[in-house]
Amino acid sequence: MVSSVINVDDLSASYQKNKVLNDVSFEVKEGTITAIVGPNGAGKSTLIKTMLGLHPKLTGNVSFWDSPFKTAKKKIGYVPQRGSVDWDFPTDALDVVTMGLYGKIGWFRIPSKKDKEKAMNALKKMGMESYAHRQISQLSGGQQQRVFLARALAQDAELYFMDEPLAGVDASTEKAIMTILKELKSNGKTVLVVHHDLQTVPEYFDHVLFLNKKVYAHGETEEVFTKDNIATTYGGDMQWVGKGDQYVIQSTSH
Amino acid sequence: MSYSMWIILTASLVGLSCGLIGVFLILRKQAMMADGISHTVLLGIVLAYMVTQEVSGPAMLIGGIFAGILTAFLVQTLSSLKVRHDASLGIVFTSLFAIGVILISTSVGNVHLDVKHALMGEITFIPFTTMDIPLIGSIPKATALLLLVLLVVIFFIVAFYKEWKITSFDAALAASLGIPVIFFHYLFMTLVSVTTVASFDAVGAILVVAMLITPAAAAYLWTDKLIVMLFLSGGFGVLSAIIGYWIATWLDTSISGSMALATGCIFFVTFLLSPKHGLISRLVRPAELREEQEA
Repeated sequence: MVSSVINVDDLSASYQKNKVLNDVSFEVKEGTITAIVGPNGAGKSTLIKTMLGLHPKLTGNVSFWDSPFKTAKKKIGYVPQRGSVDWDFPTDALDVVTMGLYGKIGWFRIPSKKDKEKAMNALKKMGMESYAHRQISQLSGGQQQRVFLARALAQDAELYFMDEPLAGVDASTEKAIMTILKELKSNGKTVLVVHHDLQTVPEYFDHVLFLNKKVYAHGETEEVFTKDNIATTYGGDMQWVGKGDQYVIQSTSH
Repeated sequence: MSYSMWIILTASLVGLSCGLIGVFLILRKQAMMADGISHTVLLGIVLAYMVTQEVSGPAMLIGGIFAGILTAFLVQTLSSLKVRHDASLGIVFTSLFAIGVILISTSVGNVHLDVKHALMGEITFIPFTTMDIPLIGSIPKATALLLLVLLVVIFFIVAFYKEWKITSFDAALAASLGIPVIFFHYLFMTLVSVTTVASFDAVGAILVVAMLITPAAAAYLWTDKLIVMLFLSGGFGVLSAIIGYWIATWLDTSISGSMALATGCIFFVTFLLSPKHGLISRLVRPAELREEQEA
């Protein structure tokens, strides 16, 4: 019996007075990689943020390993959208990765040599060690995303939330990120990824959650990743340009 | 010490504290908040005067902190009620400032406080009001207050250096790591308020904005490292104070106005010469390098 890592029960939240999440309930098992898919404005990012307490919830309950976020947060890593930060900030790649460790370093202390080494190792894993001292605005979009991934790796969490890690990155970065995700999975870690590219869902993820303000379907990719579920989730928001069995969908999102 | 030395020292302390705080104002994209708070602290100072019936440093600081936090809180509340953030700030600071102005002219008129003084400051008179401090001797009250505030600012920047960095760069990550982002927002607003109050006597509400923002904006163009930016910004603040005093003596004009002019000059020179973002380096940089950076 694989235990539940996440339990979301009847969660709802609003964004600027519009209700974007309604009665969202689902469970996530340990050691799985789940894609959260849905059209633009479906509340995918809001769902993650609400689960992590970064966005106020209206109703419902979220627990991690049967305890609230507060007690579980040291075991949770979060990769925000790349566009959510100012890349002109005066700092370098290594420093950004070190930030992932700030929660563990504690008050009134500066990062030690050991922390820097940990950060450097995470950068190495993402193939970014030669860019460690590069100012972050001098990195390409894919490299910036790798730095964000490295920061999450440095956190050494059990559970990862990633908000569109594959959006707007080059092919080699996508490959590098997926290799890391698979490695995380084989180490028994659990990963939730907000994803926008339906084509790659069956290849990359073993679970999928269809979200459009409420949960339309959730389960193993083989079972729930069907044309029907895609169609009901995306509603009129998409066009089929596919041939045969391929799910090639152009939604209005990205 | 001579009068002019006291004035230069006081002005330099303004430049240094404002320069340090300004770095985080720029990085947190809250430069306009400084504009707001520099006006609303007037209300705090007036209220402090009405309660204590005297113009004293500690009371003014408390009043200023109160006004600063009130401003930050009201702006936050209005924006959460769907008023645009910039509009919220515009509404809140003008209203609170107006209350301050009305209170000055009706309730506390004909004392040391007056609107012109609050807006422009008068650093020339600072050496006349002194206090005795053991071991150091007699020093101007405003200078002592600035020294105290500078120490407070430096203490908080050093003690929470990594927290300032992460909450400024990536507040969402900071919150997910359990760092109290909201607490740091209000702590920062408190620091902006005390710096503004302490600088008030010397440079006034309007010019304190120049001292808070311009040196930091210039420093931002020179470096890619936060720590270097802090030193540069503080240095530019002090340099502006000294150049400003020199311009004022030379032209026989307002010292605070000249200081603000000096910050502008430093920024302009930076804008031309800065190695990475400067106008000249952009023109002389080889074309292929430019392409590579823009790609």
